[in-house]
Amino acid sequence: MAVEPLVRVQAGPIDLGAEIAALECDGAAGALVTFTGTCRDEGGRLEALELEHYPGMAESEIARFAAEAARRWDLLAVAAVHRYGRVAPGETIVFVACASVHRAAAFEAAHFLMDYMKTRAPFWKREHLKDGTVGGWVESKDTDDHAADRWRHVL
Amino acid sequence: MKLIYFAWVRERIGMAEEEVELPAGIETVSDLLHWLRGRGENYESALQAQDMIRVAIDKEHSDHSDAVAGAKEIALFPPMTGG
Repeated sequence: MAVEPLVRVQAGPIDLGAEIAALECDGAAGALVTFTGTCRDEGGRLEALELEHYPGMAESEIARFAAEAARRWDLLAVAAVHRYGRVAPGETIVFVACASVHRAAAFEAAHFLMDYMKTRAPFWKREHLKDGTVGGWVESKDTDDHAADRWRHVL
Repeated sequence: MKLIYFAWVRERIGMAEEEVELPAGIETVSDLLHWLRGRGENYESALQAQDMIRVAIDKEHSDHSDAVAGAKEIALFPPMTGG
């Protein structure tokens, strides 16, 4: 039976050490792959990113793809945490972790989950600039769609 | 039916959500978008790039060709930029 994903959407900072410590693999895992997505300072001009989200759907979409990762790959643990609200440069926006017996499954599953979260989880970023102005909404990238599409052909 | 808007769709329309009674003949998401665009300049400004608008029916991703009958909540929003 596929492992139960740990999924959370939160306003506060993500404690990476605590998230990793919370993964229970009972010594069976030979590999743990983690990804952290961080807020860039955009060359020093960014004060913060503001992340709007769709409460309820944000959680259910991430859970859907975390469950899909656990179905496609033989995972011992899978976790995904995404922030909303205001995030300062250097802070973590998103955290993904996948554990497996051997490394290939954990690497691929983490990559798959991240690619889908970029394009299917209902979050929208807006820039707040150091000069006090509110910048535009961040535009989506075709490269993110292509990255997610690629997984349609895997397995 | 509850309509809910996010990001620049919300800003251009000027509200986060509203309750609407759909007139007869609105069968698909595409029909709904077309009807909304006729309700005022704010809607037209938000939804004129109609192909770009993403939609969720009762918190599940849906297509413009999907039926709206029976939906409790329809969300309209730009392409997502999380992660």
